[in-house]
Amino acid sequence: MYDKTVRRRRAVLGLLVACSLILLTAYFGESGGGALHGVQRGTSEVLNPLQEGASRALKPVRDLFGWFGDTIAAKGQVQDLRTERDRLRSEALRDESLVRDNQRLSNLLQLDGALGLTSLGPVTGRVIFQSPTVWYATIRVDKGSDDGVRVGQPVINEEALIGRVTDVIGGSAQVTLITDTTTAVPARAGRRGVFGIVEPASAGNPTDLVMKFVLPGTRLSPGDRVLTRGTEPQDRRQSLYPVGLPIGAITRIDNEGTDTQEIHLRPFADLRSLDFVQILTKPRGPRP
Amino acid sequence: MTQLQPQLLARLVAVGVLGVIVQTAAVSQLPIAGANADVTPLLVMAIGLLCGSLAGACFGFGVGLFFDIVALQTLGVSSLVLLGVGYGAGRLREARDPEGTLVPLAVGAAATLAAALGFALMQFLLGADAPVSWALVRQTLATLLVNTLIAVPVYAVVRRVLQASLPDDPRRRRRRAYTTGGLSPLSKGIDLG
Repeated sequence: MYDKTVRRRRAVLGLLVACSLILLTAYFGESGGGALHGVQRGTSEVLNPLQEGASRALKPVRDLFGWFGDTIAAKGQVQDLRTERDRLRSEALRDESLVRDNQRLSNLLQLDGALGLTSLGPVTGRVIFQSPTVWYATIRVDKGSDDGVRVGQPVINEEALIGRVTDVIGGSAQVTLITDTTTAVPARAGRRGVFGIVEPASAGNPTDLVMKFVLPGTRLSPGDRVLTRGTEPQDRRQSLYPVGLPIGAITRIDNEGTDTQEIHLRPFADLRSLDFVQILTKPRGPRP
Repeated sequence: MTQLQPQLLARLVAVGVLGVIVQTAAVSQLPIAGANADVTPLLVMAIGLLCGSLAGACFGFGVGLFFDIVALQTLGVSSLVLLGVGYGAGRLREARDPEGTLVPLAVGAAATLAAALGFALMQFLLGADAPVSWALVRQTLATLLVNTLIAVPVYAVVRRVLQASLPDDPRRRRRRAYTTGGLSPLSKGIDLG
């Protein structure tokens, strides 16, 4: 009787392990439109309203936790913010004159400098799921193909670029964040617009990005802003991201001036507490 | 080993489905100390401790598969990791039958650690080429800490949900054995007459 029980237990365990490995192999072997991906999307579509309802119902609980977290975090940020305020004041004075100059130049060149993000077709969505696993830097929003969302479209929040759409079903879309190891964003940094590619510095770190392929000897310094580069006339392929979306600010430069220099930046967006985001459904629109 | 009665099976399915929905809709969006709690390994651990290795492994597989589907993640990864967690917790119950209020806390921590390590191992086997940062280690440790703190309440909730359907709850069995003298080694071989 005991042997039979043990044999049965081991057989079931072996069967389950085999099922997992078969699923894993089949999932990797098929294309994005394969049967398993289809089943996954179909189930997700069915569960989407349920998940969205639960997300709305549990929002007060999240807000309560958020309030505690924000209060603790805010105390630590006061000094940093005071320093930053002083820096921004001086920068603002300098920028005002630059804005005036820019306005005159824009008028001269008859460029419409007043185009905002509305021309990029922003669709506002609520975050209904955030992957708890640090290996997957993904979120799900409650806007999908029914709202004009397509794979590859850039996603922003009220602060900066946060990622791109990587999967879409009727009523929701999966967004892979800029901190995911599969993401790379063409960018420009500093006042000179130094080119580079922004990638995550390491897996599972939502506060550290690295700008690669920057020519050695370029002048950049901590505090410089990094923006999306967009597509330029000489480019063979169009960038997924329109020009001028803020990404982050440079925090430090390792091995400065050498071939192996690494420019680290902190994203402007707090990627661990996303609530509402905007998907730019016409990213090829005029520059913002 | 616990035979799965229809009533128990229905409750297990309900626990699994509700657990994954609460995890995805709320818990995963609540950053605590820079990390998120992950109740799925705790649920699987609780089922393993209460129902045994076979039920724990099956529940782990099912919850993992459902979670991978809902989260649009690679199918099979969570299933494989969580079935190991459920089987391990179940074998612990069958081999040692541990008693004590803090057992779920220790087993919950072990289950979370095993799930985190298993998940990381799977990611490397599947070709993740990103370097492991201190932030990742810190987040894993923070998740471990948060999960350890909530392991006892999660276990208590699961036990309460399943209690009516469990044919041989370890404590009830032990109490029954104690009152009837059935399992006490001291009662064996002593002739009072």
